[in-house]
Amino acid sequence: MTINRREFIKANAIAAAAVVAGISVPASASNLITSSELTKLKWDKAPCRFCGTGCGVNVGVMDGKIVATHGDIKSPVNKGLNCVKGYFLSKILYGKDRLTTPLLRMTNGEYNKNGDFTPVSWEKAFDVMEEKAKTTLKEKGPTAVGMFGSGQWTVQEGYAAVKLMKAGFRTNNIDPNARHCMASAVGGFMRTFGIDEPMGCYDDIEATDAMVLWGSNMAEMHPILWTRVTDRRLSAPHVKVALLSTFEHRSFDLADNGMIFTPQTDLAILNFIAHYIISTGRVNQDFVKKHTNFRLGETDIGYGLRPEHPLEQKAKNNGKTAGGSVPIKFEEYAKFVSTYTVEYASKLSGVPESNLIALAELYADPKTKVISFWTMGFNQHTRGVWANNLVYNIHLLTGKISTPGNSPFSLTGQPSACGTAREVGTFSHRLPADLVVANPKHRAIAEKIWQLPEGTVPSERGYHAVEQNRKLKDGELNFYWVQCNNNMQAAANTMEEALPGYRNPNNFIVVSDPYPTVTAQAADLILPTAMWVEKEGVYGNAERRTQAWHQMVEAPKGAKSDLWQLVEFSKRFKVEEVWPEELIAKQASVRGKSLFEILYKNDSVGKFSLDEVSDDQLNDEAREFGFYIQKGLFEEYAAFGRGHGHDLAPYDMYHEERGLRWPVVNGKETLWRYKEGSDPYAKKGSGWDFYGKPDGRAVIFALPYEPAAEEPDEEYDLWLSTGRVLEHWHSGSMTQRVPELYKAMPDALVYMHPDDAKARNMRRGDLVKLISRRGEVQTRVETRGRNKPPVGLVFMPWFDASRLVNKVTFDATDPLSKQTDYKKCAIKIVKV
Amino acid sequence: MRSVIVRKAIKLVSSALIMSGILFSYVATGTEKEVATLRDTTKIAEQKEPNIIPKVINKDIRQGRNYPMQPPVIPHTIRSYEVNQYNNKCMSCHSRQLTEESQAPMVSVTHYMNRDGNFLAEISPRRYFCNQCHVPQLDAKPLVGNTFIDMHSLMKQKTSQDNQE
Repeated sequence: MTINRREFIKANAIAAAAVVAGISVPASASNLITSSELTKLKWDKAPCRFCGTGCGVNVGVMDGKIVATHGDIKSPVNKGLNCVKGYFLSKILYGKDRLTTPLLRMTNGEYNKNGDFTPVSWEKAFDVMEEKAKTTLKEKGPTAVGMFGSGQWTVQEGYAAVKLMKAGFRTNNIDPNARHCMASAVGGFMRTFGIDEPMGCYDDIEATDAMVLWGSNMAEMHPILWTRVTDRRLSAPHVKVALLSTFEHRSFDLADNGMIFTPQTDLAILNFIAHYIISTGRVNQDFVKKHTNFRLGETDIGYGLRPEHPLEQKAKNNGKTAGGSVPIKFEEYAKFVSTYTVEYASKLSGVPESNLIALAELYADPKTKVISFWTMGFNQHTRGVWANNLVYNIHLLTGKISTPGNSPFSLTGQPSACGTAREVGTFSHRLPADLVVANPKHRAIAEKIWQLPEGTVPSERGYHAVEQNRKLKDGELNFYWVQCNNNMQAAANTMEEALPGYRNPNNFIVVSDPYPTVTAQAADLILPTAMWVEKEGVYGNAERRTQAWHQMVEAPKGAKSDLWQLVEFSKRFKVEEVWPEELIAKQASVRGKSLFEILYKNDSVGKFSLDEVSDDQLNDEAREFGFYIQKGLFEEYAAFGRGHGHDLAPYDMYHEERGLRWPVVNGKETLWRYKEGSDPYAKKGSGWDFYGKPDGRAVIFALPYEPAAEEPDEEYDLWLSTGRVLEHWHSGSMTQRVPELYKAMPDALVYMHPDDAKARNMRRGDLVKLISRRGEVQTRVETRGRNKPPVGLVFMPWFDASRLVNKVTFDATDPLSKQTDYKKCAIKIVKV
Repeated sequence: MRSVIVRKAIKLVSSALIMSGILFSYVATGTEKEVATLRDTTKIAEQKEPNIIPKVINKDIRQGRNYPMQPPVIPHTIRSYEVNQYNNKCMSCHSRQLTEESQAPMVSVTHYMNRDGNFLAEISPRRYFCNQCHVPQLDAKPLVGNTFIDMHSLMKQKTSQDNQE
């Protein structure tokens, strides 16, 4: 098909003439449509559907279809830019296999766990769900009911789910996929500062002198933040970028000091930096004296495996004491880290001493403002909370925190891991605004806001993500609802835990998703789900920015939002069917009511009328339920945090603004928390006030290096690291359905060092099997391309539904955060 | 020669119409035994043999865009292109100064704008890493179709409706 320009023009003219001859077109017809009536697009703003960066997106709609998306020039996050995924947002709704009807496994017209998926009505789907939930509650009680949610739920969806599970069904068995993603970050924040989420914000990037990436591959996983990092590094030549990773990847293209370290030894490097700061006399004495405490943490805490696992049998402190610590003096801390000399850190990590010293100098030099960025490298780590604690140590020792350009910055993976999972508290141990179920005062606050009798919220923490799969397998969790995630593809150790759990004949598994995912394939009932701008919602990004959007298009007929599903399902339960009589007797007004009336259509959530939704504004949920439910849920939820350091603005304001960073006090957002002058909660005269802790002091923890749960040996001789890629969002359920993104990165390959390939008689493109003690997966060898692992380590991404790398990974978790370590396990690779 | 081109052009137009017709009439059937379409019909415990690594499409033929703001995909291989602190290989053809010689398309004017929307004398550093937005395409057949409709198709539909009324 090579025709030159002139031939093309001629051909076009003739073709046009042919068309004109066929159909009668007015004489004025042109090849360009110019009528403003026809060319007009309706634009509205939304946060991006993908990562935790939280870019603003403008969405263009024509005739009820999204026809274009682009970066919002007015968004302070991305100022008009999007990454390649973001630019293709407009196509994620239109995968040809969108689900439009519930599908139930049936045989001869009846539900059958081993039946074939059969289209059923919503009525029938909910009938079966209701029957299964009620039977489970009656026979086994609330602990046999559970839900797995998402950091991609809207804030309102997460909040509605928390209410339904923790207050309605009275079970704490609700956890989000953010457990796989951010739990260690949360643990680190709570332990060091007593309050969750970063103190700084993205503005730090433009103010800093040095940026250190701890394991994070921002170039692929936070591409638009990476544009800001790149902009800063290249436009201000004094700025330095240091990067640590277990393999070389795209972010190394910008690194001044790129370091490859042996997995798990980041703990030793962090302690070395602390030792370096102390031994070179660069501790910020004034800051440390006024604003910190020192504590020695418990060690030998195990690996969060099943109790019978030999590693757990061996561990000394893997019980409830694992998170314990005792106060120590600065001198004791200094002595503790003094064993982490540069020689020792270098020997353990494989990083040359000179690189380690150059890195440590960025922190130690009082004239250098420094940001640390991390994501899954620290968080997906069997000592993830420790790694988070240790990085705060080096910022606290130097006082490089909460001022522009000085920022320990935990990046979030998901668009609302902060907003929905963490702030709303959709975890098995949490409630909104950092409250926890184990604390009776916290439960009382929730019960008061929810207008429910004392004792409604159970005090036992529920099953966390990994435990849920184990309990499904063990038959102790029997009614299970999965929304807005793809955990059969995402959870580690598929073959030993997740798959036998979902397919356990005692269990009924419901999966809500826009598309038929791997998780849907493992379900008993699939519910077709509306997505992104097919509904109204709120997301909270990694810099505490809360962003709202309106519904812009209708969902495909038959698909319903997670919010609608949760609330509509609640109508099917009378309180007498789910609560014991003693509890109902405490508050007679609930008697005879449905969970819908008790939790949602009440004088709190239900108080904003439909009049607040303008007639030309789509809002399917508000119109179906008869009140402005998204606003009601948001405002009730916001009551948890207002006046307690988590203040959110009035709901309507978020529809006007390009997001606001909480705490929003007197209409003003907060850029740097804990610093007097920029944070309204920091006490006058304090300088810094770490008010999450009762004494206003952050904690510096003495914690050692401990080995990984599984390391390569003679038989399983390679480290396996897994992760994401630029072109796909998580498991690829949306982006693999966009042809351009699919064709940019169709398959998950195993990235290998050429010497490792050669030693196994393999070449690029060879079909190989990755084998661990738990399972195997086949793929093809890639010895060139964007990732360049060192000898002894391979990387395989997990986006590919046809090559499930989590059949191989290990479900070892951080015993403190319960987050899985997806970055380290031992495998062997053989040719097929 | 001319008639061949005309035929090709008409054929292209009509096949595009047929394609969009298929897209519009698609209704989910939902009765498949295995629903996970990205896995084909493979059970979770099993695995289909991975296909060979597809080749990069390297024909230098520009692909249409889905909407004006879409970053164009790269119609050639970028193997061993260095884009790092010291060097940006892409700009050795696509920069303003070199397009006359290379006849490659110049990067869009937006690429000269900084965060505040002011134009710089050179590509903005925030746009430095081209492959965050621009990606080559591999010769792989999408596993699932996409029913996204080009705004131009919608407008055309309306103009032809108007004309028939």
